[in-house]
Amino acid sequence: MTQRIATCPNCGAKIIFKWSSSVQTVCEYCKSVLVRTDVDLKKVGQVADLPPDISPIQLNTEGNYRNNAFVVIGRIIYQYDQGGWNEWHLMMNDGTSGWLSDAQEEYAVSFPVVGPATGTAISSTAGQKLPAESQLQIGQTYSWNGATYTVSVITQAHFRGVEGELPFQYWNKDDVTFADLRSSSRKFATLDYSDTEPVLYLGDLVEFEDLKLKNLRQFEGWS
Amino acid sequence: MSSGPTPPQGSQKPQVQALNCPKCGAAITLRALGQAVSVVCESCHSILDAKDPKLQILQTFEQITSAERPLIPLGTRGKIRGTDYEVIGFERRTINVDDIPYHWNEYVLFNPYKGFRYLTEYNGHWNDVVICKELPMVDPRFSIPLEANYLGEVYKHFQTANANADFVLGEFPWEVRAGEQAHVTDYVHPPRVLSSERMSKEVTWSIGEYVYGKDVWSAFRLPGDPPQANGVYENEPSPFSANITAVWFAFAALTIGLLAMMIGFDLPSSSEPVFRATYQLNRVAANGEPSFVTDTFQLEGRTSNVEVTTSASVTNDWIYLNYALINQDSGEAWDFGREVSFYSGYDSDGSWSEGSRRDTVVVPTVPPGQYYLRIEPESDPRHSNIAYSVEVRRNVPVITFYGIGFLALLLPAVLITWRSVSFERSRWSESDHPPSPIIETESDE
Repeated sequence: MTQRIATCPNCGAKIIFKWSSSVQTVCEYCKSVLVRTDVDLKKVGQVADLPPDISPIQLNTEGNYRNNAFVVIGRIIYQYDQGGWNEWHLMMNDGTSGWLSDAQEEYAVSFPVVGPATGTAISSTAGQKLPAESQLQIGQTYSWNGATYTVSVITQAHFRGVEGELPFQYWNKDDVTFADLRSSSRKFATLDYSDTEPVLYLGDLVEFEDLKLKNLRQFEGWS
Repeated sequence: MSSGPTPPQGSQKPQVQALNCPKCGAAITLRALGQAVSVVCESCHSILDAKDPKLQILQTFEQITSAERPLIPLGTRGKIRGTDYEVIGFERRTINVDDIPYHWNEYVLFNPYKGFRYLTEYNGHWNDVVICKELPMVDPRFSIPLEANYLGEVYKHFQTANANADFVLGEFPWEVRAGEQAHVTDYVHPPRVLSSERMSKEVTWSIGEYVYGKDVWSAFRLPGDPPQANGVYENEPSPFSANITAVWFAFAALTIGLLAMMIGFDLPSSSEPVFRATYQLNRVAANGEPSFVTDTFQLEGRTSNVEVTTSASVTNDWIYLNYALINQDSGEAWDFGREVSFYSGYDSDGSWSEGSRRDTVVVPTVPPGQYYLRIEPESDPRHSNIAYSVEVRRNVPVITFYGIGFLALLLPAVLITWRSVSFERSRWSESDHPPSPIIETESDE
């Protein structure tokens, strides 16, 4: 793959990858969407103006989840009927990547359910087929990794933009369906229908203070 | 971990935006820094789309009464559980129970890092409410389950009703509408209340904790006094429930203490009589002065009581004894008269009996010393001889003393239990499950 340091094929700015496995990044200067190939970076798209930021989290925010430090290196921005919502891409200290979602300051950390051999995101766990988008129903329960999850919200989201490094190509999206599932504990699941096969993310709903975040945005008049 | 160059994302710092209402032109303050979905103009009450830079009008509604003012003004900041929150929205909600409207108020609180939180107020009773992160468990077989389980605790169903938002002001993290209905169910585990709100298909669970008005007032540094809390609220902590166990524990401990006292002080001393004698009342010979004195006996120990027991083998007869307990040294005397009588027979109701062949009296606070009894017996002179015996015991256990002690201990325990029960009864009388009356009242039906 491309070296850790590369040059933007569009504007020539220096591009530094923080995470070795990043597949896509956005040039901070010209907002070109760049995809890593074996030899160089290829411009695949252009990010339009992003909506005004409302999240206290930003690129380079650092934190801690279950004694695993992380740094925010990218994000996907969606819009839905309750406003904006971010999926922050986390580079974990152990080299894996995770997601910190932030919708109206309800925070959840989750990880794609990973196949044991491939080490990549898979669409179903151990022979169990994930529900198709058309089968989704609020109140329906599913059991994954020994926990029971109930579909609480089905969100029709609109892809609004990307920023920073992502573990996959993600830029030419439009309307995407997500299902949020909750449990009787803090365990939380998301079914992501942005590709042909659904992807399951499992994680926890977290308290803001438990993440011990640093490098946050400053809000005037608030500390 | 290394962090790359800081992106040139500029100096745009979010702050309170100043905009104008597209309907009436009044200034609209957006306090939630872009997190709100709806904002209601404080001047003309148009509901505006807070996500739209042009603040498109979503709904206009007539203000029912100009007296509808939030007790905590919008824009007020206060500290809740160590975090600063700003009041950004206010709504009044109404439920109808038996055609009687009940109103309560909800305040939307915001912190740009921690998000939203709510304060509710009904009749001076406050609750600090957040959205549940964990899903409560209810039995899906019932449309209205009688209990819900949340974080290992059981919450009892209190009330299910349709709540109507009839007045809204300020900002909301959802698309608010005046007149919007939600199906609200409350489950209580004082001091907490678990609520589910169903709007269309979505169910939102929230967890509230009872807060006293004075604490809200000090958190938001509000002038004056909070409104008086009326009645018992659904999740108001009972001032008695915590005490009940304690008071019964104290009761049990003190009763054991009392029993120990009884065993320790009184039982060993009440064993053998210090004086015992049997006499014969010979009525034929008893002419003139029949009184006599007994041998002396020793009363030992500290100043204590003396029990005198008179037994007589009377049948349909009586004997009356004038006693004087006399201290040989000081001459001090305690006078008392006792009657022993026993009657029995048969009548239309069967056999009957009255009286007893044995009488006991306790003379209190008798100092130690050498004593004797002067006895003057009387009886019906027509009858034959009566044999009677006299026993004197020192320092007997006085059951009444322990009885009074026991009652004195029992009373507060019963009182607190009773007050706690009536507190719980007035709590549940407002619910969907009112308690049945303690005293059945006659109905005219």
